[in-house]
Amino acid sequence: MGLKEKFRERLWLVRRSSSYIVFKDRVKRSRTTQFAISAILILLFVGLFADYLAPKPYWKQFTEHTYESPSLGFLMGVDHLGRDILSRVIIGANIAIYVMFTVILLSTCLGLTIGLVSGFTGGIVDAIIMRLIDIWLAFPPILLGLVLLTILGTGINNAVLAVSIALAAPYARLVRAQVIQTKERLFVENARALGVGNLGILFRHIIPNISSPLIVQAAFSLASALLSEAALSFIGLGVQPPMPSWGLMIYEARIYMRISPYGMIFPGIALFLTVLSFNILGETLRDIMDPRSISIVKL
Amino acid sequence: MSVRGLQTYILKQILMLVFTILGITVIAFAFVRLLPGDPAIALLGDFATPSEIERLRVALGLDKPLYVQYLIYLNMLIKGDLGYSMLVQEPVLDLLKPRFLNTLQLAALSIGIAVCVGVVMGVLSAWKRGTILDNLFRGISLVGFSIPVFWLALIMMLIFSLYLGLLPAIGSGDLLHTILPAMTLSMWALGPISRVTRACMLDLFEADFVTLARAKGLSQRDILLKHVLRNALIPVVTLVGLQFGTLIGGALVTEVVFNYRGLGWTMVEHLMRRDYPVIQGGILVSGLSISVINSVVDVLYRIMDPRIKGAIRG
Repeated sequence: MGLKEKFRERLWLVRRSSSYIVFKDRVKRSRTTQFAISAILILLFVGLFADYLAPKPYWKQFTEHTYESPSLGFLMGVDHLGRDILSRVIIGANIAIYVMFTVILLSTCLGLTIGLVSGFTGGIVDAIIMRLIDIWLAFPPILLGLVLLTILGTGINNAVLAVSIALAAPYARLVRAQVIQTKERLFVENARALGVGNLGILFRHIIPNISSPLIVQAAFSLASALLSEAALSFIGLGVQPPMPSWGLMIYEARIYMRISPYGMIFPGIALFLTVLSFNILGETLRDIMDPRSISIVKL
Repeated sequence: MSVRGLQTYILKQILMLVFTILGITVIAFAFVRLLPGDPAIALLGDFATPSEIERLRVALGLDKPLYVQYLIYLNMLIKGDLGYSMLVQEPVLDLLKPRFLNTLQLAALSIGIAVCVGVVMGVLSAWKRGTILDNLFRGISLVGFSIPVFWLALIMMLIFSLYLGLLPAIGSGDLLHTILPAMTLSMWALGPISRVTRACMLDLFEADFVTLARAKGLSQRDILLKHVLRNALIPVVTLVGLQFGTLIGGALVTEVVFNYRGLGWTMVEHLMRRDYPVIQGGILVSGLSISVINSVVDVLYRIMDPRIKGAIRG
């Protein structure tokens, strides 16, 4: 069988899977989900092609227009240094995408590894790792971010690293709980009886069976990753000027809020809509994949 | 659960708490050692004289191995010495005490507002399930935890202070200055509260004792308030406890926006001026209070609802 046929078969399997059918049905019926998915698609499009879409360079100063309200020339107004806010919000989308997806990649890898080791090994290793996670969770993400960035130094990549570390702890906990449940199940015992080794059981049997709650968690984590980065940039520890991260833009704009509130309002709306969309996506996915759980979303 | 079982559980929780507390002191200790440069210079700031630096080096035992340094630090903590801020010429403990109380006040007021509004929203949602009201409340709670707190804080400030002139925009000290930040933070807290209330009440509608109450001929209102709500509040209490803990460290950004002199504001303010002893103290104070609150919540939950074996945290 060629690669193309194999891919087609896979796609066919996905399309037949119950989750996908329920998801499609949900998207068809729920306006909220439609809104969230379109918002995410727009964000991805704008973020990926930000350089071409921004009407003006994000750093260019039009000093004679400083503090101007929205007009045809500057659709979102002009900031305190005479820069076009629309262009900065668009470039900000690019930064947001970079932050969200790098954080999710890093924190998933970290949390998955720790959770798998802890849950699968059990015993004393598990007990020690869990106590360490307790200590880790004694600090809210923003505080942990502050501590880590004080040590590492400010900047976008360090902020990404700090947020990833902060968000990995709940991940590890979730993975561990799932692994402990799954490893007692009959099909794992069967596999073991058939002589499958530890690694085989982990990768072929356990990870595929715990992927649903992880996907749900990932959607929520994307939202909280962006929120944490914005908050860190807002207190001056994350993205550094003149880069236009939404959190940093709000921080810069709050000083001249009295003169012109637009510099604070528009990046805030972009940030809010993005986080909202990912939270809605997370809720939709959870309703489909894990209907029993009640929703507690963390800060 | 038997009293014996509960005792064992509490003992186990205390042991775990001791471990966590030790871990937090290790983090506070390691924080200063991980800063770039010499710890003594980091703690004293840029204007310290060589003799002062030498004296602190000896006091901290910087020439001794790390574990001895840690024991020296632990010994200082037991005596209630959190270090000394050269910047404000004051012991860190004296500096942080009023700021911590400010944060407690803010957290308590926020949670108070959130519980009042959130529980009512949750009850109405469960009662009128599937109606417009239910959807509206679910929407509000979703917006509440999606909105960036610092942005909401600025919007609140814009509306209530700059445009309407009702409340002071920045500062702290009295209740009037606490209202705006508390309203901001309660928006974050109320979503989960109303959702958990709603979910638990819907679960309980199916419970046997509710069917019994119905069979006895109690009115719908009595069942709802006396039987269902009372039991639905158990998980809410747990959630509120955890949220309260999170707010002690997590209210940081809101405090910065409103210039509210709490623990978080102090940490950020002193971070800008590289006053590291205060940061070290702040790490310790917030970490300790959060972990103590979490443990108390776990135990309370166990006492209130003996059926539950594990904690719902995480």
